[in-house]
Amino acid sequence: MPHDHHDHDHDTPHSHTGMSSSGHPYRQDQDEPLTYWQNMEIAVRELLIEKGITTELEVMRQIDQMDNRSPADGAKVVARAWSDTAFRARLLEDATTATREMGFDIGALQLIAVENTDSVHNVIVCTLCSCYPRNLLGLPPDWYKQRAYRSRVVKAPRKVLAEFGLVLPDDVTVRVHDSTADMRYIVIPARPAGTEGLSLAELEKLVSRDSMIGVALATAPE
Amino acid sequence: MSDTDGRRWHDMGGLEAGPVRLEEHDYALWEKRVDALMVLATTKGLFTVDGLRRVIEDLGPDYYEKMSYYERWVHSVNQNLIEAGAYSLSELAGKMAEVKARGTTYGECALNELSSPCAGGRDD
Repeated sequence: MPHDHHDHDHDTPHSHTGMSSSGHPYRQDQDEPLTYWQNMEIAVRELLIEKGITTELEVMRQIDQMDNRSPADGAKVVARAWSDTAFRARLLEDATTATREMGFDIGALQLIAVENTDSVHNVIVCTLCSCYPRNLLGLPPDWYKQRAYRSRVVKAPRKVLAEFGLVLPDDVTVRVHDSTADMRYIVIPARPAGTEGLSLAELEKLVSRDSMIGVALATAPE
Repeated sequence: MSDTDGRRWHDMGGLEAGPVRLEEHDYALWEKRVDALMVLATTKGLFTVDGLRRVIEDLGPDYYEKMSYYERWVHSVNQNLIEAGAYSLSELAGKMAEVKARGTTYGECALNELSSPCAGGRDD
């Protein structure tokens, strides 16, 4: 099945670098010696299938769904919020419902959208674990789950943001939002100057994953 | 830390730590499968995200450093499934031994033939 080809570098245009098409290293997987925990994963999955609790197809579909979610989804929400004042108001009032309206269902969880302005900058974290708006951004980056980020961003956010290359003026208020298992946040970055008249598709390109976590700004147009 | 202020190890907000290492990787197939099993098992009502976290938090700080993210998850998913009665500990032991005997790499041991056009799990 297609998922078994993730470690086949020669299938990608980046084979000479050992990096994936997204520019990140592959984690060792298929061709490395089986680890104890990989052994457990296979065993658990096969037991659940043998017991009729799930099927191989369900597992594949779940992974497909996971692979299909990416920050491009969140960027669509942000671009629309920049362009459509009624949607922006609905999004800030009730992001769970507003994003569901666009087809990004967060299930039983609640979503809160927090908007960056000239005077307020928002950043999200999960200090207790790794809660993240996966329905809009896909799976979180490793650093989001690191002790360093989780511990420090709530206490010294400006220092942490500077480690990402984002230095904010002193008169900008920084608000850090700590996610929970039931409550997720997404940052709506400020719309860059000089973007009047851009289409939704053009605006979406300015919205990075990191800008929706709050460790970066939306990109200014070229 | 937990000795002095009553925090458990995972409750790390506000504590000192080194600089953020800006690392990321594309998730491996086995990691995505662990994630999928977690979503499927909780969707089917076998356990909850609170159960997932309880077992991970009970691992303690040492394992947080030693185990990778999805290693902790598969440990917890398995523990929760056993508690839910999905299978027994001896069934797990038997299946893990069976899987291990298939080969030396993940690709060899994972089979993947159940619904895959790539028979035998050697995805070449």
